[in-house]
Amino acid sequence: MFKRYFNLTRMEFVLYLREPSGFFFTLIFPLLLMMLFGSIWGNDPFPGENFGYIDFAVPAFIGIVILTTGISGLTTSISAYREKGILRRFKSAPISPLLVLTAELSSLFIITVLGMLLLLAAGVIVFGMRFYGNIPEVFFAFVLSTLSISALGFIPASLAPTARSGMIISNVMYFPMLFLSGAALPREMLPSFLKSFSQILPLTHVIELLQGLWLGGHLWEYPVQILVLCGVTVAGFAFAAKYFRWE
Amino acid sequence: MPEVVVRVEDLKKCYGEVHAVDGISLCVSRGEIFGIVGPNGAGKTTTMDCIVSMRKPDSGFISVLGFDPLRQRKALLEKVGIQQQESELPDRMKVWEAIDLFSCFYGNPADTSGILSRLGLSDKKDSHFSALSGGQKKRLFVALSLVGDPEIVFLDELTSGLDPRSRCSMWDLVRALRDDGKTVFLSTHYMDEAEKLCDRVAIIDNGKIVAMDTPESLIRSHAFALSVVMGIPESFNESELESITGVVEVFREGGKTVARVRDSSAVVGIVKLLVDREIELGDFHTEKSTLEDVFLKLTGKEIND
Repeated sequence: MFKRYFNLTRMEFVLYLREPSGFFFTLIFPLLLMMLFGSIWGNDPFPGENFGYIDFAVPAFIGIVILTTGISGLTTSISAYREKGILRRFKSAPISPLLVLTAELSSLFIITVLGMLLLLAAGVIVFGMRFYGNIPEVFFAFVLSTLSISALGFIPASLAPTARSGMIISNVMYFPMLFLSGAALPREMLPSFLKSFSQILPLTHVIELLQGLWLGGHLWEYPVQILVLCGVTVAGFAFAAKYFRWE
Repeated sequence: MPEVVVRVEDLKKCYGEVHAVDGISLCVSRGEIFGIVGPNGAGKTTTMDCIVSMRKPDSGFISVLGFDPLRQRKALLEKVGIQQQESELPDRMKVWEAIDLFSCFYGNPADTSGILSRLGLSDKKDSHFSALSGGQKKRLFVALSLVGDPEIVFLDELTSGLDPRSRCSMWDLVRALRDDGKTVFLSTHYMDEAEKLCDRVAIIDNGKIVAMDTPESLIRSHAFALSVVMGIPESFNESELESITGVVEVFREGGKTVARVRDSSAVVGIVKLLVDREIELGDFHTEKSTLEDVFLKLTGKEIND
């Protein structure tokens, strides 16, 4: 049982890294973005604060990695598997089909952790990043965020009949969250109507939670964000349980 | 009595208004090559899918090695191998990775390097799936159906899209599987394949079995034994041929006269008549009837329309 799960997860992980676009957008793109903005704004503390641009940008860029694996990575790979009959091939082996999905989620989680480590390394080495948080709390928030965004990704991933349609639907979800949730740009820069719109995007809550904990906040100070993310997790997996199509 | 390994009774499956499988019953014995043959859309794949628990039938009874496909899916899939008609793998998965991955799903996997060499894939084992030719992909899926060392192998449209040489080597492989003691359940829309390869054949049309037996018996009981093709002048009176004992029908085809006969003694009669009348013969040869003729007779249509 564990060997099957391990082999499947390792296979999915290797396949993800062999795909140049997946590799670039999850691991390289957030890093480039951070280097670009970091070189513009540097990391000197803001007036009257104990943190600079990079210190709140790193958790936001971690949000981009979570978004990319959870929405685009999950949807494109599962819809391609559906289109090509690969899910069907797995279904004809004596394993639980859920094992395939669990392995897919696990490998995406490992890739998300890798993306996070790359950003942290660059933040520390290049920009002297500061961290005021509590590591277990931040890690809990990271896991919850990854789970909830993957659960959200399961909504298009459950239904998209082809890789192409999966890509289109996931882009419709990806880009608004990338630009409006505070991931790529601080939400403070948005006009007020977009700022209130961004409250309905799950990634906004991911970013608020991660940034808050990063700069010394505690979990109990973010009940709304945690509740929203738990709700999205339950809703997304419930949707998949009811509507997921194997072929 | 040989042991029955697949038993299907009155299987039915509809897609909306379409009766894809409409009351199919069959039995497969251990160690035989059993084929279901029929045109595309006849219900072959749906029948196979129901037997191997990939699809839920509307009604009917199925037992495979004593397992109920719906309630004992995993136990059943542990003992059977399946090559599906339309299937792919991730583009960047290598051949050996696919074989290794799938073989770890089984409790008693077969020797993987033996399977690779048996399917002629040994020197392709480091290739990505997307770099394989159509025939190599097909062989890889056959290899995947064997990694669990199954008792029954299900092969759906095994040779469609293959060139004649690859078809022949697939046939040899299927016979070798039977010689290893495995049971083979295959579907095909090639009548010649069913005739040459299968020990027993079920002819399916519109979701129903129209005939089931060994290819030889089907031909003997549903078609004429021989067709005698003669290059003789059109002016020759065909009714003289028809009056010979054993001749069933006479017609002109492609500028030649064809007589369908029941047995070889009728051929002697025909030759005698032609000699007596001193007819100048252009061509004279006999053709054995095939499953194709059986299908035509039973359904009234050509299979590859």
